[in-house]
Amino acid sequence: MSSVPAAGGATPPAAPKPRKSVTGTRRTVAALFLLPALVLLGALVVYPIGYSLVRSFYDQSGDGFAGIDNYKALFTDEGIRTALKNNIIWVVFAPTIATALGLIFAVLTERVRWGTAFKLVVFMPMAISMLAAGIIFRLVYDQDPDKGVANAVWVGVHDTFAQASAFPKAHPGRDSPLKPAGGGAFITTSPVRTGEAVLLPLVGVAPDQMPDGVKAAVAPKPEPDKVTGTTWQDFTRGQGVGTLNRVDPSELGYAGMRIEAVKDGKVVASTTAAGDGTFTLPASADGSQLRLPASNFKEPYNGLDWLGPSLVTPAIIGSYIWMWAGFAMVLIAAGLASVPRELLEAARVDGASEWQVFRRVTVPLLAPVLAVVAVTLMINVLKIFDLVFIIAPGSSQDDANVLALELYRKGFSEDQPGIASAISVFLLLLVVPVMWFNVRRLRREVRR
Amino acid sequence: MRMTSSTIRTRWSPERDTATPQSRRAVKAAAAVAAGALALSLSACGSSDNDSSGSTGDTTTSANNVTLPKLDGTSLEIAAVWTGTEQANFKKVLQEFEKRTGAKVTFVPAQDPIINFIGSKVAGGQPPDIVMLPQPGAIKQAVDKGWAKQLGSDAVKELGENYSQGWQDIGKVNGKPYGVYYKAANKSLIWYNNQVFENAGASEPETWPDLLNTAQTVFDSGVTPFSIGAAEGWTLTDWFENVYLSQAGPEKYDQLAKHEIKWTDPSVKDALTTLAQVWGKPDWIAGGANGALQTDFPASVTQVFTGGDQPKAAMVAAGDFAQVNIPSGMKIGTDAKVFPFPAVGDQGPVVSGGDAAVILEDSKGSQALATWLASPDAASIQAKLGGYLSPNKNVPNSDYPNAVQQKIAKALIDAGDDFRFDMSDQAPQAFGGTPGKGEWKILQDFLKNPKDVAGTQAKLEAEAAAAYGN
Repeated sequence: MSSVPAAGGATPPAAPKPRKSVTGTRRTVAALFLLPALVLLGALVVYPIGYSLVRSFYDQSGDGFAGIDNYKALFTDEGIRTALKNNIIWVVFAPTIATALGLIFAVLTERVRWGTAFKLVVFMPMAISMLAAGIIFRLVYDQDPDKGVANAVWVGVHDTFAQASAFPKAHPGRDSPLKPAGGGAFITTSPVRTGEAVLLPLVGVAPDQMPDGVKAAVAPKPEPDKVTGTTWQDFTRGQGVGTLNRVDPSELGYAGMRIEAVKDGKVVASTTAAGDGTFTLPASADGSQLRLPASNFKEPYNGLDWLGPSLVTPAIIGSYIWMWAGFAMVLIAAGLASVPRELLEAARVDGASEWQVFRRVTVPLLAPVLAVVAVTLMINVLKIFDLVFIIAPGSSQDDANVLALELYRKGFSEDQPGIASAISVFLLLLVVPVMWFNVRRLRREVRR
Repeated sequence: MRMTSSTIRTRWSPERDTATPQSRRAVKAAAAVAAGALALSLSACGSSDNDSSGSTGDTTTSANNVTLPKLDGTSLEIAAVWTGTEQANFKKVLQEFEKRTGAKVTFVPAQDPIINFIGSKVAGGQPPDIVMLPQPGAIKQAVDKGWAKQLGSDAVKELGENYSQGWQDIGKVNGKPYGVYYKAANKSLIWYNNQVFENAGASEPETWPDLLNTAQTVFDSGVTPFSIGAAEGWTLTDWFENVYLSQAGPEKYDQLAKHEIKWTDPSVKDALTTLAQVWGKPDWIAGGANGALQTDFPASVTQVFTGGDQPKAAMVAAGDFAQVNIPSGMKIGTDAKVFPFPAVGDQGPVVSGGDAAVILEDSKGSQALATWLASPDAASIQAKLGGYLSPNKNVPNSDYPNAVQQKIAKALIDAGDDFRFDMSDQAPQAFGGTPGKGEWKILQDFLKNPKDVAGTQAKLEAEAAAAYGN
């Protein structure tokens, strides 16, 4: 697309004088030399754009004139509207953040000893193709903390502050004396008495996920003036529950399970189970119900849903910035090298702080470069496709949708070339003002 | 669907062999022995475990069941979306054809949706000679647009000898034969990790309530029962189709597939409510609904068979093609087992898919290649290599490499004409086959929110009406 104005700019040189130009070349010779470029531009740029424009006014089969129906679809189709909204988010955030990061890196690396090495590392992602980067980030954002590094870090940080419990997913089996008590806790259906042995069977904890220190469960022995009991995994390997609600020989005790005696909604006594699952409560627990509080069963934290509907676009923008911050940095660093040192020094001599120097001198002097970088990235971001196509899983692809992806989907999987062409024309229109800005600025530069 | 589509493109000028069947057979046998030896030496550098079964076996048994013309000097193109092992195995079938006829066949890798791929090839004036189309709807589309050419008498004869009426019929458009279903998929299967079932003391269920009990037992033992690769919507449509076919019966299934009854029909409500008995329990699904929605199909199979006694899940509902995703350390038939999708209604469902070879450039060569693909000889070669199922009833069951595959193949052949073709494959692409759209997307939303049966039905009906245009 960016070559369109170039095509327009290519013709004028042939015009100036009737026979010979300034350099003395004949017009025909000039035309001859221009011909290959014109043919290529015509065939590869002008013709496709023209054809897309024409095609966008025809219907799905390409036989009937559709008027502006395709353009109407552009603004009524919900999928396209989401794409449009996401494109705006992309254009606003991706170039800004990438440029800002690039500026920070460039300014900081200038004063570090290993600046070049650092720049090299930051620039390296540019050497990776979008497709490969997409595959890498699909893994980075994997939901499973064992696979995705983003969630591994997140879960690691989270678990440092909030420990996971020992028995996630433990639950009462069939005909259990326990019932759910809300909030993930379980409570006995009937009150317990002293001198009685209580059984608190649960199922659903895999043997190798049992905490350290578990032993084979032991049936509780009644003791006078005390409430005794056993809490254990009522599941025998290979045989289901074994004897239902009875302690079988190979079944394991729930070591460390917390048990609370609740009377009238108040906790009157509490204890934790021993390695073999047995526990003892004082006489004060008489007549209370035994509760296994929810803290025993808290699910392990599974991290963020990076590629779920709400986070998928920011997540993909993150991967884009990873790739392009280096590009911004290199361009800005080049601009920075041409900033006259004496201005910075003068400011410092006048007593400006480093922040003031950066804010009032460096950034204004770099403004043209920053504009170039941001605009280049904007054009780049408008046509973003590969990262979204690869990173977003099918289930959230339409939440992450962008115009270029919708164009592909309409054109190649839904067989709607008319609408796809309309999208491409619309994209071109979006790029034109940015391009115009860039061209104008370039001209000004040349004049200078 | 994704795993089943392909195109074949071939160009050649065959000369039909006119010898009598007897003498032809003798000549063919000799040729096949030579060819087999060649194939062996050629493929020896490839994968070592597969080829031994390849050609030597069929030279003696089934190598000469089909008559093919001499086609020296012709070149053909066949397009398909198959990749990896599947593509390599299919190329061996093409090699055998090259040896028998002297033609040269080029495999053209295509991508989904293949009908659009073909569209652009036709528009460019260079269609492949044969294309492997995965959906009956795609065949119809190809015929309507005038791209597909009818099968010749030889191919039709071969088809009649080897295929049940049901498989012949779904290759027809307006009563005329167009497609040779070279490859089938049995999508009414549930694969499970045998070790987990043994640890839990669970057994293979035969009915839906049994399945729920088995799942509960597995869950009680500390393993999540189901793995669902819901990042790809078609895994969910397969679940739905199995439940619906078994519960509502084949007639309703056919009507719904043609959109003659609405998705707001009570039968759809029943099927979704039944599905919600599994989908509605986040503890029963590996990673919960959100985790499942980010699991793609290969990972959903692999995670059932990795992790020793503690895999992420115990069962995965997936077609026969899932076996290519089972890690090589797990032996199919002992470690990785399979049972038919349990009966929700009176009878267990048999939902199938398949790839049909459709001729795009009519010539002696392309007709011969279609005939070859309809023959038991061709199917046997790929059957022995594994990961492949043929609807061809004359492929000896013993050609499948293991007991599990023999069981799957037998179930498919025994179903005769009672199987039903994948419903979403019969639907228009925009409804039944586009990621993030139509049925795929709506069922993904339903997995997230299985309480909303009525809303799901309404959305399905709205999208279906738009896509079917009625």
